[in-house]
Amino acid sequence: MGGLDDLYQEIILDHYRNQRNTGRLDDATVAVDQNNPLCGDEIHLELHIDDGRLTEVAHSGEGCSISQSSASMMSEALAGKTEDEALDLVEHFRLVMHGEQDADEDRLGDAIALEGVAKYPVRIKCALLSWMAAKDAILTHRSGDQTGG
Amino acid sequence: MSTAAPLDVAVVKRDFPVLGRSVHGRPLVYLDSAATSQKPASVLDAMDAYYRETNANVHRGVYEMAADATERFEAGRTAVARLVGAPREGTIFTKNATEAINLVAWAWGARNLSSGDEIVVTQMEHHSNIVPWQLVAEMTGARVRFAPVTPDGELDMDGLRALIGSATRMVAVVHVSNVLGTINPVPEVARMAREVGALCLADGSQSVPHMPVDFDELDVDFLAFTGHKMLGPTGIGVLVGRPAILDEMEPFLGGGEMISDVREDGSTWNDLPWKFEAGTPPIAEAVGLGAAVEYLEGFGMDAVRAHEREMARTLLDGLAEVPGLVVHGPTDPDRRGAAVSFSLPDVHPHDLAQHLDQDGVAVRAGHHCAKPLMRVLKVPATSRASAYLYNDARDVEVLVAALGRARSYFAT
Ligand SMILES: Cc1ncc(COP(=O)(O)O)c(C=O)c1O
Repeated sequence: MGGLDDLYQEIILDHYRNQRNTGRLDDATVAVDQNNPLCGDEIHLELHIDDGRLTEVAHSGEGCSISQSSASMMSEALAGKTEDEALDLVEHFRLVMHGEQDADEDRLGDAIALEGVAKYPVRIKCALLSWMAAKDAILTHRSGDQTGG
Repeated sequence: MSTAAPLDVAVVKRDFPVLGRSVHGRPLVYLDSAATSQKPASVLDAMDAYYRETNANVHRGVYEMAADATERFEAGRTAVARLVGAPREGTIFTKNATEAINLVAWAWGARNLSSGDEIVVTQMEHHSNIVPWQLVAEMTGARVRFAPVTPDGELDMDGLRALIGSATRMVAVVHVSNVLGTINPVPEVARMAREVGALCLADGSQSVPHMPVDFDELDVDFLAFTGHKMLGPTGIGVLVGRPAILDEMEPFLGGGEMISDVREDGSTWNDLPWKFEAGTPPIAEAVGLGAAVEYLEGFGMDAVRAHEREMARTLLDGLAEVPGLVVHGPTDPDRRGAAVSFSLPDVHPHDLAQHLDQDGVAVRAGHHCAKPLMRVLKVPATSRASAYLYNDARDVEVLVAALGRARSYFAT
């Protein structure tokens, strides 16, 4: 089952089974909901933004191992970043998923393990869902709203 | 008819070229016929022969080839009408089942519904039997109401009865659910509709391919189904309607083919069924669909249904061996078709379908275009294995073994 093990690396299954940064924040700065109409995956994402920096990231929702582990990895990758850094990283991840940029492990952290998803076109949307939610949340915050999606 | 010879699946499989291929080095086990069926060589050959031998536009040319094309195209209609016991003039070719339902929603609904009127559908409809009604309701001020589904996945007939009343103008119901497999008592629903003066439409997308369906016995006003789920090509569907009602309706799409005369001050319409077939129709597709009907008739729909009842039983028995697996829908093979949806705790349908694919097994994962039903079942998505006349117990064995492997792979 070589092909599948490429897709479902152990670290992905680990993030799926033991998700990091789940739940809700006591004092979220911005919250967004997004879903993937194709498969029903859903994410609720909350950010605490302090002085232009993402101090806390919390996600909840439902979905497959790829979308759930990706959300967990995203929450780790973006926490502590400035809004601009976070947007850049989201864009990098998006390009990696579309096979248009080589993955930068230093920036992506565990999310480097999702590189293999690029070979499974129908699953790319699963991996991107939480990252697109993060982008939406930051842009929503910038536009002065508290909720988006 | 009921003494039909049982299907010899080993022979049937050989009629379907694609079933001979492998996927990831494993023989293909195709269990997604509720999404689309595979095509026998006879269908492919009929379409190929049409293009090679006599391609021409229909109902127009006077030359021999055009006459031959028209004959083959109309023979497809005759075959489809015969299969469901419908009058030829009430058998309209559309693009798919979705367009067939939209035809009724727009050509009948948009002109006959008004504020206060109600359209009754069920919670187990495919989106194609919900959204057209919502669009028309929004335009006319009518309201769409949803009849409930019981916890064991059957249509709640008392709940339905309670919804049908003097405001009801249309009752649109799926004959066999593409998610639950449930066979709905359409004649009874049609009677309830008639009692209040409403029309009744049955979505036969999952019944016409799999069991004997007779338009008069169903007792509905409209029956919609789709070619690609019944061994035919994509790009063609069917709306059967009562000619008396179709006669009263204005056209759906306008253009060539559907007119009798076109003048600057207005136009008049062609006879049924062509009044509802604007533009060049799906000619090769009608030829292919005709061949598909003939292929099914070679076994007889009784034999197809008998086989699928057995497949439903085999699937239910096989799935029951998988620890923790939950089947959504009736557990009595007599009350259901061979599309079986299920959930496996801790394994998302997407992951499951991906894992099964590695074993050559094709199943569907997702909401199956039935999001209201997913909410009733309280699941974001399900996995679905659906069988047809070319599946056998061996296919189910491969599925069940693969499910076991997937389960341990994702186990927490
Ligand atoms: C019950 C039911 N109705 C309608 C449809 C729509 O068929 P089509 O997409 O060919 O119009 C489907 C197929 O997905 C179905 O299963």
